[in-house]
Amino acid sequence: MAEVKVINGNMAAAIGARLCRPDIIAAYPITPQTPIVEYLADFVTGGLLDSSVSEVESELSAMSVVTGASLAGSRVFTATASQGLSLMYEPYFRASTLRLPVVMAVANREMISPQTLWGGPQDSLTVRDAGWLQIYVEDNQEILDTLIMAYRIAEDKNVLLPINVCFDGFYLSHMSERVEIPEQAQVDDFLPKYVPEHIILDPSRPMAVDPLTNGYLLTEYRLKHMLAQQNALKLLESLDGEFKERFGRNYGGAVEEYLCEDADYILVTMGSMTGVSKDCVDAAREAGKKIGLLKIRMVRPFPSDRVAAVLKGRKAYGVIDRNVSFGWNTGIIYEEICASMNRAGQFVPNIPFIAGLGGEDITAAHIDYAIDEIINHAADAVKNATVWLNREDKGKEDTK
Amino acid sequence: MKEIRLHGIGGMGTVKAGEMLVHAAVAAGKFGNSMPFFGFERQGAPVASYVRLGDQKIRAKNQVYHPDCVIIQDPSLLVSTPVFEGLKEHSYVILNTKSQNPRELITDPNVACLACLDATSIALELLGRPIPNTIVLGAFVRATGWVDKEGLEAVIGRTFGEKNIEAFRRGYDEVKLYHFDQGGIS
Repeated sequence: MAEVKVINGNMAAAIGARLCRPDIIAAYPITPQTPIVEYLADFVTGGLLDSSVSEVESELSAMSVVTGASLAGSRVFTATASQGLSLMYEPYFRASTLRLPVVMAVANREMISPQTLWGGPQDSLTVRDAGWLQIYVEDNQEILDTLIMAYRIAEDKNVLLPINVCFDGFYLSHMSERVEIPEQAQVDDFLPKYVPEHIILDPSRPMAVDPLTNGYLLTEYRLKHMLAQQNALKLLESLDGEFKERFGRNYGGAVEEYLCEDADYILVTMGSMTGVSKDCVDAAREAGKKIGLLKIRMVRPFPSDRVAAVLKGRKAYGVIDRNVSFGWNTGIIYEEICASMNRAGQFVPNIPFIAGLGGEDITAAHIDYAIDEIINHAADAVKNATVWLNREDKGKEDTK
Repeated sequence: MKEIRLHGIGGMGTVKAGEMLVHAAVAAGKFGNSMPFFGFERQGAPVASYVRLGDQKIRAKNQVYHPDCVIIQDPSLLVSTPVFEGLKEHSYVILNTKSQNPRELITDPNVACLACLDATSIALELLGRPIPNTIVLGAFVRATGWVDKEGLEAVIGRTFGEKNIEAFRRGYDEVKLYHFDQGGIS
C-alpha cells in the first residue's frame, strides 16, 4: 500500500525523483530549491537511493554534468530556480536540441531585480522557448506524481526531450501537506528502465555529436523537435488515464477543466493559486454565478487546441498570471491563450490579470474580485488592459 | 475546516508547531496544510505560520486571513503585531502570558474563548530554554479539541523527544480557559 506522509513540496520532488531511480544527480542549491539537494544527498548516504550525486560548484556545471551523463545513456535528475536556471541557459538550450531526456524540477522563484527570493514562475516561463517540455503543478501530490510521469514522457522514443516540472517556490516548496507516496514496485511497473537508443557516448560505437551543421539540415532538426513536443502533448493526455488506473489519481492531462461543462464564464489559473481559485469558483456557483476554472498544466508545448475548445463560445474569460510578459503589458499565459484563440479563429471577451508577483499572496478576495470582473466587465473591458490584482488594493482582503 | 494562525518570535519553533498539528491531523486520517509566512525571518523578529485542518482535502495554499484560532507564543506580539486581525466570530485565542488579568488583554469582540498560561516559565523549568511551542500546543488542544491529544503527543515525541511530551502535557493541564459572553462556547 501507498504510504501517507506529511511533506513539503521540495520533499515531494525529492521523493518523486528517488522513486524514478536516476543514475546521476547533479544540482546546485538555491533558495527555495535547496532542500531538494539536501534530501537527495541524504537519501543516497542513507542507502535509500542508488544514484551517483555529483558535487558541483554552480548551476552551469550541474546542467553540464547531467547533459554529459544523459549523453552517455544515464537517467538523470536536476533541480534549480531563478538565477540558477539563468546560469544554466547555455547547456539548458543544448539539452533540448540534443534531444536528451533530462528531468529538472524547478521551485519557481521570481527574477531579480530588485533582489527577491519568493515564489513565481517568471524564471522557467522566460525560457519556455528553449525547446524543453514544461508542466506546472498545483500541490505537493501533483509534484510527486508529475515527476514520475515526466520520466515516462521525456524518455519515450517518440519524444526524447528534456522536461521541467515546475512548482511555486515557498507556496508549495515550503508548504507541508498530506501526500501519498506510491510503492517503489508500482513506479517500477509504470516506468521501465531507461534504454537509450538515441545518441550514446560509447567508445565501442563512436559517433559525432553536434557537428557543424548547415541551415538546411538544422531546419530538419527543428521541425522534428517540434513534432516530438506535440508527441509529448499527446502522451501526457493519454498517460493521465493510465496513471489513474495504476495510482488512483489523475490531473486532466495538459489542462484540468473544473466545472467548465455548463459554465458561461471561465477563470484560467496555473500553479498554486489554483486551489483557492477552485474554492472561490465553488462559492460563486453557490451564489448562482456560472463560472468554471481552466487550470493550465502544460505550457510547452502549449495545448492550444484544447484551451481554445474549452474557451470558445463562452460569454467571457479571464486569465490570472503570476508573471509578466515584457513587451505585451500582460502575463505570459494570457498571450499564449490569445494566440490559441486566434489560431482557432475564435474571439471571446476577456480580461488579463496579473497577481502574486514576487511571492505576493493571491487571496480568496483577489479571486472573488477577478470572477466578478470577468462576469460583469469583460464584455466592455478595454481590450488587453491588464488588471493588477495586488495593486490599487483590488480585492484587498477585508479584515472586518 | 479550521484555520489557525500562529504568531511567534523567530527561534520559538512557530513553523514547527504548525507542521506538527498537520502531522497529527493526517495521522488521524484527516487533512491539513501548514505554511510559514515568507518574509525576512530571523531570530528575534515576529514570525507567523498558517495552518488549515479539515476532514477533506484542503485546496487553498495561501495565507490565513480569517482564523478560527490564533496562537500567540509571546505577549510582546500583542503590541507589535495585529494578532487579532480578521478573527472569525466565536474564535479562540491561545496566549502565552504571565498576566494575572488576561481577560483585559483581549480587545477583539470576536473572541469567545481565551486559553492562557505562562508557557515561558514552564519551558525554562523543563527544557532550560524559553521555547514555548509544545507547551502552547498543549493549551491549544485542551481549548479546541481539534487535534487528538495522544496523536499530537506521538508527533511531538518523534520531533523533539520525551521531555517535550512532558512539556505538552504541562501546557494541557495548566492552561486556564476564559469564556466570553459573545456566544457559542461555554
